[in-house]
Amino acid sequence: MTLAEEILTIGLCAVATMLTRFLPFCVFRADKPTPKYIRYLGKALPAAIFGMLVVYCLKNVDVTTGAHGVPELIAIGIVTILHLWKRNMLLSIGGGTVCYMLLVQCFFS
Amino acid sequence: MTVKEKKENRKMIVKRSFLAAFPKTIPIMTGFLFLGMSYGIYMKVSGFSFVYPLCMSLAIFGGSLEFVAVSMLLGRFAPLQTFLMALMIQARHLFYGIALLEKYKGTGWKKLYLIFGMCDESFSINCATEVPEGTDKGWFYFFVTVLNQFYWVLGATLGGILGTFLTFDTKGLDFVMTAMFVVIFLEQWLKEKKHYTALIGVLVSAGCLLLFGADSFLIPTMVCILCFLTVFRKPIEKAGGLS
Repeated sequence: MTLAEEILTIGLCAVATMLTRFLPFCVFRADKPTPKYIRYLGKALPAAIFGMLVVYCLKNVDVTTGAHGVPELIAIGIVTILHLWKRNMLLSIGGGTVCYMLLVQCFFS
Repeated sequence: MTVKEKKENRKMIVKRSFLAAFPKTIPIMTGFLFLGMSYGIYMKVSGFSFVYPLCMSLAIFGGSLEFVAVSMLLGRFAPLQTFLMALMIQARHLFYGIALLEKYKGTGWKKLYLIFGMCDESFSINCATEVPEGTDKGWFYFFVTVLNQFYWVLGATLGGILGTFLTFDTKGLDFVMTAMFVVIFLEQWLKEKKHYTALIGVLVSAGCLLLFGADSFLIPTMVCILCFLTVFRKPIEKAGGLS
């Protein structure tokens, strides 16, 4: 990517973000009910989008060669167990990342 | 009241608003400094100077998207995909905005910044907290928002600078993004009684990844997710448990 393309990419992210932040204040009124379909999407979208982002993070994992995605599988398992156990975001993210680094540096290198 | 007294009085109210807002943001501080620094370090080890996380945390101020933007910056230039992806990741702000329409009314010039700096954490504080007596709601919301963004920008920039001095092998550090999304996904999962929407997200994405490949699966995924959610609206709403 050239510098101009980088700036454009960051700019597009900023513009899209501002659209989502400012739009409701331009379109909706506090005293009028929000359309039901919009309210439904508001509740239904987040879980689906974060599911998509998990898959997005793993998009370059090749299960046919190399480590076959085993380190990712183990580390995600550790994140899940840590999080269900303590519900502490920092511990789950930190612990999982350190485990993954150990796995790819020492065991699957 | 004289003009001078009025001025003094306003100063007091601003100060009291700050003192009421600051403690509310302390729990956010640790989280934002940790995640912000992880993000800054991640950018640094991906080959970007600290100026990138500094500018991006100021201009975008959305953790999930900023993490994703790193991998988009590393890929080939794809403006449409970038824009749509940003819209989908940030779409939840639309619903925060709707919930805050009433609350942010009458906050004057501060309203522009309140909307600009809206994030999950500022939303939850400003939505759930009764503005204490003797303070001004506009200033209270303003300080909550500005402090939260300050923690994030500080963390991201520090991370970008500290990343230069890391002496250990950082291979695998990029997993911090995966771990973060897994945690947020788990939180969403635990909120739902039935997991239809979470499953739609994962299965549709995995399916599109297999069909279209890593470089071009995002746009079809987003379209399919919207279609599925729309077509299966009845059963999903009937199952309930959507928070």
